[in-house]
Amino acid sequence: MHVATFTPRHATRSLASPALLKWGLIATALGFLGVFLFVPLIAVFSYAFQKGADAWFAAIRTPESLAAIRLTLTAALISVPINLVFGLAASWLIARFQFPGRALLLTLIDLPFSISPVIAGLLFVLLFGRHGGLGPWLIEHGHPVLFAVPGIVLATLFVTFPFVAREVLPVLQAQGCDEEEAALTLGASGWRTFLQVTVPKVKWGVLYGVILCNARAMGEFGAVSVVSGHVRGVTTTLPLHAEILYNEYDFVGAFAVASLLTLLALATLVIKKYVEWRADAP
Amino acid sequence: MSTSARRRILPGFGLSLGMTWAWLGLLVIVPLSGLVFQSLNLSWERFWETVASPRAFAAYRLSFGASLAAALINAVFGLLVAWVLVRYRFPGRAWVDALVDLPFALPTAVAGLTLTTLYASHGVYGRYLEALGLKVAFTPLGVAIALTFIGLPFVVRTVQPVLEDLDPEVEEAATTLGATPWQTFSRVVFPHVLPALLSGFTLAFARALGEYGSIVFISGNMPMRTEIVPLLIVTRLEQYDYAGATALALVMLVTSFTLLLTVNLLQRWSQRRLESRPG
Amino acid sequence: MHPRHVLPLLLLLSLGGCSKAGGDGSNGETVTLLNVSYDPTRELYEDFNAAFAKHWEASQGRKLTVQQSHGGSGKQARAVIDGLEADVVTLALAYDVDMLHDKANLLPTDWQTRLPNNSAPYTSTIVFVVRKGNPKNIRDWDDLTRDGVSVITPNPKTSGGARWNYLAAWGYALRKPGGTEDSARAFVSRLFKNVPVLDSGARGSTTTFAERGLGDVLIAWENEALLLTHEVGKERFDIVAPSVSILAEPPVALVDRNADKRGTRAVAEAYLRYLYSDEGQEIAARHHYRPRSQTVAAKHAQDFPAVTLFTIDEAFGGWRKAQKAHFDDGGEFDRFSVAQAR
Repeated sequence: MHVATFTPRHATRSLASPALLKWGLIATALGFLGVFLFVPLIAVFSYAFQKGADAWFAAIRTPESLAAIRLTLTAALISVPINLVFGLAASWLIARFQFPGRALLLTLIDLPFSISPVIAGLLFVLLFGRHGGLGPWLIEHGHPVLFAVPGIVLATLFVTFPFVAREVLPVLQAQGCDEEEAALTLGASGWRTFLQVTVPKVKWGVLYGVILCNARAMGEFGAVSVVSGHVRGVTTTLPLHAEILYNEYDFVGAFAVASLLTLLALATLVIKKYVEWRADAP
Repeated sequence: MSTSARRRILPGFGLSLGMTWAWLGLLVIVPLSGLVFQSLNLSWERFWETVASPRAFAAYRLSFGASLAAALINAVFGLLVAWVLVRYRFPGRAWVDALVDLPFALPTAVAGLTLTTLYASHGVYGRYLEALGLKVAFTPLGVAIALTFIGLPFVVRTVQPVLEDLDPEVEEAATTLGATPWQTFSRVVFPHVLPALLSGFTLAFARALGEYGSIVFISGNMPMRTEIVPLLIVTRLEQYDYAGATALALVMLVTSFTLLLTVNLLQRWSQRRLESRPG
Repeated sequence: MHPRHVLPLLLLLSLGGCSKAGGDGSNGETVTLLNVSYDPTRELYEDFNAAFAKHWEASQGRKLTVQQSHGGSGKQARAVIDGLEADVVTLALAYDVDMLHDKANLLPTDWQTRLPNNSAPYTSTIVFVVRKGNPKNIRDWDDLTRDGVSVITPNPKTSGGARWNYLAAWGYALRKPGGTEDSARAFVSRLFKNVPVLDSGARGSTTTFAERGLGDVLIAWENEALLLTHEVGKERFDIVAPSVSILAEPPVALVDRNADKRGTRAVAEAYLRYLYSDEGQEIAARHHYRPRSQTVAAKHAQDFPAVTLFTIDEAFGGWRKAQKAHFDDGGEFDRFSVAQAR
């Protein structure tokens, strides 16, 4: 079996930067993150645990929260793999081939980002709603898409659409394709070359793509809110559930659910660390 | 580097082209065409009245201006954060790295509420900023700050993988040859990460344009002053005016499509320039 | 297998998985009803659903589950129009129910006459919430237009509840001696000059007022104000009832087409009628809505101060007219708020 070669990550003192520069940069970066990221996050967690860990667990353990967790995980588990496969195909296409319409294609891939979540939801309403193109037929035949799980999955797929492609693309571009060409010249099949040469090379891009995709899939609020119908315990995802709790003046519950989401997003980072550890292991 | 003729040696063009278009078609193009059809229900006069009112223009100005500001802040600091995370080892690095994605995981409504709490006049930040005469919550500045929070992971996460793959030996070589840190950065590192940086900037900008959930809390939604375009769209929907909503959406869509296309063409151009350089 | 076939297969499998997950788990024995409602009624319907399910099982011998959906009134109505299969809707304003007829023909145009009291089994009104001790001495609507008084109310363009607030102020100005459309416009426009923030929803406004400490007075539904002063922010706020206010009638309606399709018409009708029963009225009163029943109202008289109330039909000729004149694009609200911002 071919053993993929990973370059170990360098923790070197590159740039030979003077210590002052190094710590100056670190301080600036941390300062920025601190103000813009950590303090808001601490605020979320401190609200969540305002009334202690018991209240936190109580908020998470309600049947509605559990149903919301299940639905959120389902949506993420379906949309992340699909977007991973197609994102890889797209980035391979765009990084490796020159063809007419390439920039157009890339722009179309970016487009779901710039579409307001409100509109993203509306798109599916226009398509699958009672007055939409496909909606009447689907509703007639007992396969409603809107206000049911398929609609939520579709909306999630849509808003997380570009992540993998967008993350893998710069890595592929930065690396060039000499190794692939070498493998092909040596007689490896195209498929094998892709899986054993390309995929290991872009693994960081893929990982970050999956992490972002997953975080966003679980956290998406706007688009899902339009297509969900908000039926308690049936079509509410965690972000929607957080909003509902907040609107019921259950601040602790709302922030508990929100903090749970951030913890779920951290799960992908544990996987990333595991991959890094495996990669660094001899 | 390879020319496009040599690239065709690589397999998978047909398969990946087919897959990409199928994926795009099903998930993006078909739904978007529904949007275009819906807005065709409007007469030209009504369309124009909807998208060119002074109120809409005020909203475009705020949405595009605040998004641009947020994306620029994120480009500068995102690059810095990515660099620090990849190249330096310091206590707590793994934690910091882990937390960068969290703006995505936090439901936007929760993010909006939290930021408003922090920046409102009694808040942790608001208290001091207001003493300095700076009002953040319920002003355009607050919108820009919320958008910075929302878009923060993009630049970091697009630049990071490229930096991870950039061999530090190249920088070391440059330094050995007598380059200053700034020269090494601007001549070696920066050109290499530029495509990724642009990519991240584009994503952060695009995402900021459409953001709704967090902004309605911190903006205050005052007509002509702090109304963002997505709010106007929701307002239309609230009147059951789907056609008007899609008209505004279409304007946003065409504008951001043009912007994104420009950046993507620009990026291809910069990449060609990079590839054509000797060495 | 050739790898070329693997990916489409994977996609198919995952899509198959998701459509399966969409099926609902209803079994033959239990009847389910879906009540699509607006935001602040959650606690009310939680209690009422339990009471009605018990009543239904006792009288019909069948188990009943009522599913609830809550959100902004307009958004909820749009969901029903677009295909959310609600058997009954219980929304904040009749205009949203009218739209179920206009946009999707889900119920007949005379829906509002099918149940007593304009199809509104409970009512509320618009009152003021002020900080404890009423430091700015807010007594009536006129005080909201004073210089230096900061007023919190949500955006009438995005919040159904806020439209009642706005119409209450307008109606008050109309009914003042010598009040005309012009004087009302000037009055409401002055009032909105004192509004620093327009939250997108009613509960957003409450948070702005209660948690962020913004504003001297919050214009709110009476049931929301009572919830705030009795439960959420005890001892921090007082309620001031204005001399004149609007009778807010949140309507309930059977969605005929959905109920007939799902075969739930009988139970859905019984559900709505039960809202008018003594038990239903008692539950509504407990959740700070004004009951229609005289006897139940008498029992809770001390909770609801006497306010002279006018209806939307009297002052504005109904919701459709009010919506068009005031809140649609280019309506009164747009005109003066844009003029003010300039």
